Amino acid sequence: MDVPISYYVELSGLVFLIGLVGVLIRRNIIMILLSIELMLNATNINFVAFSSYLGNLSGQVFVFFALTVAAAEVAVGLAIIIALYRHAASINVDDFRLLKW
Amino acid sequence: MYGFNKEKGVPARIREGCLEKDVGDVSHLLFFYFAAVIVLTATLVVALRNPVFSAISLLVMFFHVAGLYVTLHAEFLAAVQIIVYAGAILVLYLFVVMLLNVKREERFHRQGLVALFLGLTLFLEAILLAFRGHGVPARPVRVLEAMTPALGNTESIGELLYSTYLFPFEVASLILLVAMIGAVILSKRGLLEPKS
Repeated sequence: MDVPISYYVELSGLVFLIGLVGVLIRRNIIMILLSIELMLNATNINFVAFSSYLGNLSGQVFVFFALTVAAAEVAVGLAIIIALYRHAASINVDDFRLLKW
Repeated sequence: MYGFNKEKGVPARIREGCLEKDVGDVSHLLFFYFAAVIVLTATLVVALRNPVFSAISLLVMFFHVAGLYVTLHAEFLAAVQIIVYAGAILVLYLFVVMLLNVKREERFHRQGLVALFLGLTLFLEAILLAFRGHGVPARPVRVLEAMTPALGNTESIGELLYSTYLFPFEVASLILLVAMIGAVILSKRGLLEPKS
């Protein structure tokens, strides 16, 4: 009757892959955080599709928790970006190699 | 025996598509529209040079993901997606982008070759997994309304959240509290800088 579940899995995998590539190739920290949002959304699509597929609402509750973690991650991440920018006047990840020996 | 095997060989997708073509067509059309826009805007998020345009492209993607949730009968999550993601998180991003006002940006890392190799490998794996098609049976997505006929989507989620998932719910509130304190302390001027 409806769209097969494999379509949703493929869409979710594709969006996750795009986010992963974004994390790997961009140098701007804000863009890296945006790519992480892409990956979180990909997992959420998967959760909702399987929740609908199995007739079980637990998947949607887990999306709720993923959303909470995403909000916390954004708040702390953007605070770190602002602190870094104040410290070094740059948000380029290549400029921060303090932990690299 | 052989006839049964032959019957089994027909993909389930095709058989069910023949049975209910009109309903399947509309939902397929909706899914492909949403999926196409989601993939396109996700690519734009990664590819665009200006962070403001990337954030706006992500906004369009969030709206279409919400539309996908509506077609999956998760109306509450669609509303939460728009309110929290588009309303709060993205505004925070735009706020920081405009606060920092970064003019020039060297866009990509120098290890493009390694990234290309890794990305190509993962992409090939994804394609292999997608076209082998043994892991997931081709049963179509069931409609959720049949499972919980008496309650609406929001009520069902609320009931589940406050009974089965009560402890994780409290932990989530703790996570939000820690994030709030962390954000305040990190962005407070003069707290982390060395005293001079």
